[in-house]
Amino acid sequence: MLTILLDGVAYGMLLFVLACGLSVTLGLMNFINLAHGAFAMLGGYVTALLMNRIGAPFLATLPLAFIVPALVGVALERTLYRRLYGASPLDQVLFTIGLVLMAMPVANYWLGDSPQQIHLPAWLQGRIEFAGVGIGYYRLFLIVICGAIAAGLQIFLVRTRFGARLRAAVDDPRVASGLGVDVDLLFAVTFAVGSGLAGLGGALAADVVGGIDPAFPLKFMVTFLIVVSIGGSNGILGALVGALLIGVLDVAGKYYVPSIGAFIIYFVMVATLIVRPQGLFAKGDGR
Amino acid sequence: MSAHARRIGAHLTRRARWRWSEIAFWLAIVALIVLFPSRDALINEILVSGLFALSLDLILGLAGVVSLGQAAFYGSGAYATAILASQGYNDPTFLLLVGGIVGGVLALVTAPLLLRGSDLTRLMVTMGVALMLGELANRNAWLTGGADGLEFEMRPVLGLFPIGFTGQRNAAIYSLVVLFLLFVLARRVKQSPFGLSLSAVRENRLRAGALGIATHRRLIGVYALSGAFAGVAGALLAETTQIASLDLFDFHRSADVLLMLIIGGAGYLYGGVIGAALFIVLRDVISAATPQYWEFWIGLLLVVLVLSGRDRLSSLVERTRRMILPNTARPEVPK
Repeated sequence: MLTILLDGVAYGMLLFVLACGLSVTLGLMNFINLAHGAFAMLGGYVTALLMNRIGAPFLATLPLAFIVPALVGVALERTLYRRLYGASPLDQVLFTIGLVLMAMPVANYWLGDSPQQIHLPAWLQGRIEFAGVGIGYYRLFLIVICGAIAAGLQIFLVRTRFGARLRAAVDDPRVASGLGVDVDLLFAVTFAVGSGLAGLGGALAADVVGGIDPAFPLKFMVTFLIVVSIGGSNGILGALVGALLIGVLDVAGKYYVPSIGAFIIYFVMVATLIVRPQGLFAKGDGR
Repeated sequence: MSAHARRIGAHLTRRARWRWSEIAFWLAIVALIVLFPSRDALINEILVSGLFALSLDLILGLAGVVSLGQAAFYGSGAYATAILASQGYNDPTFLLLVGGIVGGVLALVTAPLLLRGSDLTRLMVTMGVALMLGELANRNAWLTGGADGLEFEMRPVLGLFPIGFTGQRNAAIYSLVVLFLLFVLARRVKQSPFGLSLSAVRENRLRAGALGIATHRRLIGVYALSGAFAGVAGALLAETTQIASLDLFDFHRSADVLLMLIIGGAGYLYGGVIGAALFIVLRDVISAATPQYWEFWIGLLLVVLVLSGRDRLSSLVERTRRMILPNTARPEVPK
């Protein structure tokens, strides 16, 4: 029982790292980025290739799994994405679906369509028994790492000047830019960090989801969107609650009532959106 | 009636008239079916997808409601048909009706979900409904055949024309007849006061409400109609291919039909059929050359299309269309 809860929390934490960039993009620029999963795939591939081709240690590849997608993200943001801020949601959806459709065959072309496995180092394998609750080391590792990232982001947002600017811009971009906040630059940086986190999440997720393959962006796009739309677009807290909720429900649902499978998370999403169309933590909800 | 009202009435009557170019469009499809018998399966797919895209045009083009879950009604219509047919109720005309009713009722039930929230909420809710139904179909294999799909036999249409693998041409003609009848209905709806009020709702919902249009009821109405169209399209697909499979509910179905409509242009009803034709022919040609990577080119097309401005492309389409189909006023593509 507790094991399942912890597994769910670990999965939820992973989803948080994967999806929080999406949540901020959505909140800051109202931009619906369906291609977010492509950055996660890129990060996963960076780690998998470094480990499998040159035998780099797992931990050493993680920074690169962050940096490469972040650089690609900022390049795309400066050249393509920025043209679509303020475009209709339909245009944004079409554009980013287009990017996903392009990313998948490209990955397939270079790397083939079989999943790239990540072999965890020995010290992350196995399980630990603690007061009758068993949990895998890797799950524990995920909870610690992702929890640290969440806490770090929250402190960064609340304590630093950059964080204050970002929160102001999320609340109201027009007023923020009127007060001298460079929203454009802010967004580029945020986009890079968000893409980087997605990449890191992809690298961390590779073991949990059974390897990274070219269909990854499409398979998980729906999950990311569910997390974000449940959490609402109000930055870190919404994404964290949404991710944990979906993580726990998904793992518990698949364990206790396998007959309905993924139904439960779709149901929770639709039910949430009926009650609160803007998500649990909506923008301008008066924090 | 004042002179002003009479003038508007005359304008609307003139607009409702069938043009030669429209008649030529339909005759051309008949000619295609007759001239390329070996391609009848492909033509049939285009016609069914065209009907599906037409159903999306009703909500996106006429009412400006975005949806990523049109597959919900498509899949339900197909499965309703497949389940009944495998029980022995396999008269095609009857099953089309059933498919339409199932799709329509489902849309009617889920329509209130669309009335609140932003476009993102709508995209997510419609997508969530389709995924939920897909998961239900997946998990209730005793009814739907699960991942294996459901195969069944069909009686000949009207007891005369067998459809399916032995009657590809019959199937294409049958699909064309269904598409045409529903197209006429959609055309009529678009020109009716109901359709005109939808244009008002699309252009400015607040203002339409202030003018006394019951916006919520109109949107629910058109969504139900669109669901019924998609249900018929699903039934038609099931009947002409004699199989229903889980991928009917997939996200990519909803996305593909949106792409077809966008490629063809939303809002003037022909866009669905034209877009479906372009999309499917393009897929056929590209995947004949590079089977694994055809998605890349569709993706590239989309990115270029959006970046260069859908408006510019649709104005190109518009200009060509003016040459082919003069005088049909075409509403703006919804923002």
